[in-house]
Amino acid sequence: MYRILNAKELTSNIYLMDVEAPRIAKSCLPGQFIIAKLDEVGERIPLTICDYNREAGTITIVFQVIGASTEKMSALKEGDSFRDFTGPLGMASEFVNEDISVLKNKKILFVAGGVGTAPVYPQVKWLRENGVSCDVIVGAKNKELLILENEMKAVAGNLYITTDDGSYGFKGMVTEQIKELVNNQGNKYDVCIAIGPMIMMKFVCLLTKELGIKTIVSLNPVMVDGTGMCGACRVSVGGEIKFACVDGPEFDGHLVDFDEAMKRQQMYKSEEGRALLRLREGDTHKGHKGKGCGGNN
Amino acid sequence: MDVLKKVPVREQDAKVRATNFDEVCLGYNMEEAMEEASRCLKCNNAQCVKGCPVGINIPEFVNKVQAGDIKAAADVIAEASALPAVCGRVCPQESQCEGKCIRGIKGEAISIGKLERFVADWSRENGVVPEKPANTNGKKVAVIGSGPAGLTCAGDLAKLGYEVTIFEALHKAGGVLVYGIPEFRLPKDTVVQHEIENVKKLGVKIETNVVVGKSVTIDELLEEEGFDAIFVGSGAGLPRFMGIPGENANGVFSANEYLTRNNLMKAFREDYDTPIIGGKKVAVVGGGNVAMDAARTALRLGAEVHIIYRRSEEELPARVEEVHHAKEEGVIFDLLTNPTEIIVDENGWVKGMKLIKMELGEPDASGRRSPVEIPDSEYELELDTVIMSLGTSPNPLISSTTKGLEINKRKCIVAEEVNGKTTKEGVYAGGDAVTGAATVILAMEAGKKGAKGIHEYLSSK
Repeated sequence: MYRILNAKELTSNIYLMDVEAPRIAKSCLPGQFIIAKLDEVGERIPLTICDYNREAGTITIVFQVIGASTEKMSALKEGDSFRDFTGPLGMASEFVNEDISVLKNKKILFVAGGVGTAPVYPQVKWLRENGVSCDVIVGAKNKELLILENEMKAVAGNLYITTDDGSYGFKGMVTEQIKELVNNQGNKYDVCIAIGPMIMMKFVCLLTKELGIKTIVSLNPVMVDGTGMCGACRVSVGGEIKFACVDGPEFDGHLVDFDEAMKRQQMYKSEEGRALLRLREGDTHKGHKGKGCGGNN
Repeated sequence: MDVLKKVPVREQDAKVRATNFDEVCLGYNMEEAMEEASRCLKCNNAQCVKGCPVGINIPEFVNKVQAGDIKAAADVIAEASALPAVCGRVCPQESQCEGKCIRGIKGEAISIGKLERFVADWSRENGVVPEKPANTNGKKVAVIGSGPAGLTCAGDLAKLGYEVTIFEALHKAGGVLVYGIPEFRLPKDTVVQHEIENVKKLGVKIETNVVVGKSVTIDELLEEEGFDAIFVGSGAGLPRFMGIPGENANGVFSANEYLTRNNLMKAFREDYDTPIIGGKKVAVVGGGNVAMDAARTALRLGAEVHIIYRRSEEELPARVEEVHHAKEEGVIFDLLTNPTEIIVDENGWVKGMKLIKMELGEPDASGRRSPVEIPDSEYELELDTVIMSLGTSPNPLISSTTKGLEINKRKCIVAEEVNGKTTKEGVYAGGDAVTGAATVILAMEAGKKGAKGIHEYLSSK
């Protein structure tokens, strides 16, 4: 059992938890993820690591409620436990293995979208701890949904907030902020690291390709075991099949087939939606799992 | 009674079982088992033992069954095997013990597998518990993976007095016995869980959710956590795909994913949260035991199921019993057929498959006649789900994070056959991680040899 030492709702539908997991806290690096399983009947849910404390042996996770399993998870309180908590999984971010003196001369731009702010945070923090200061753009739908602003402010070089509706910071998409920084303010970046909704990463990549900035993205496809065994998380990168769980989750964004990845991410959406409805409203809709309704199957 | 024929074993009716996940084979009762045991010729130079990878004293245990002393039969088996209820169900006996049975020269071989299963099931139902060794020798061994190789190795070492900890990457122990082989062939709660509990009763600790190579490395286990030796039984690895167009469409799965969702994650049960796309019309590509398991699972989830295999029935790598059961249940075999493309609809979902007919040409390097495409024989099959069952390639998680652990051209860990010794001191390995995908019993044999190797190594240190 993996005890929850702290649990809070950051904003509507987005939750933060500190979980006791000494083995993971000891070995994890920025870019990696964990898999959590709530109870015997729960799904294995891949979640990015938002922070870690090696001394205390804890991992901080941030997640958004998107289905029945994350809805159940959101009800957990301090003192409750996850039945299973595995990791760290996947490869660490590329920069972790780079020479620090080389890194210090690099101009790095982070672009975080929505709940994607959580996995960006430990990367920016790690770089700050190693004396590298980065620019960070955080985009949210509106002020309400913005998370980890103060935490990010403490570790970022320049922090730029954008909201779709202009309720806070720059009004517009993160891509417009990138254009503002590069085209109008003349900033030069050697690498961009973009983590957020698939559609955001796709459009950031289209733009940075045009601007000639190498871009890394972190993918969060459907996963089961997270150790390479099932292939559910396969993505096309530069025409090759890669498994996000062992080859990724970070890839060269200019080589990722986002359209295919977005379609694959939808695979269980109708299933997840039905499970969520079942949880909230009881089993009112008939029909066996995997058959019948759900438009696509 | 006809001594030339096996006492038939009771099975669930094919039509009924095609709609449920309960075990297909019901096994012998005491009377049937004793009668079957009485067919044994008690050969002086018993060939069956030579056919058993773990060397169970078969004539001896069969003798005890014939006498009705099942506890004594269980003790005989326990000397050589920690997982008899599993082996009695999933070993390919026809090519091992039963394949060598003298009775089988004229007539049918003794049903050794079914007798082993009976003894194991009887022991479970009658509360026979393995005894924990009185003293430990104070030496610590880590076993990576809790599949058949790891469980066997851990059990043998515990009996010798070692303090053994198994590290399992998934949330449940059992490896392929839990995620791969379906409930209807190998019941999880009764059979598998019980055998794992028996290994634990020998004093073996199991730590789940530890991905060795990520959570902790082999070097750290040796240097920081005080283990004196390590056995790597981490299993087969990454599923292969064909590389044909459309393979990343929604509705295309590896057999590993499909089976894991259903077996480990129990998607077939309404009380579990795991989603699975059951499919109405499913093609399973491949002809091995895993393909049969995936096909029969899809069938039970309500689909029409086609096995697509590029050679003929004779070359099917699956066990004859599995093919027979699949056919009885209604799986359709499209043999001498190979997919060339998966047809995808505008939303990215599978809607069919392009196939081409094959014929058998000259034997290839494996000795099997290689399939050759028949020109202009393409056709299309309408489908909503495709399951790729083409084998696996080794997982680099451990080999890439362990200093001095050599792998071969096929990326399998290099280990000596007799004792599992690898190129790194104190590290032994066996099972699919060394051989590539094989069978449960061969993994158990490797686990046994690994235990012997580790014992020799630590005794001489």
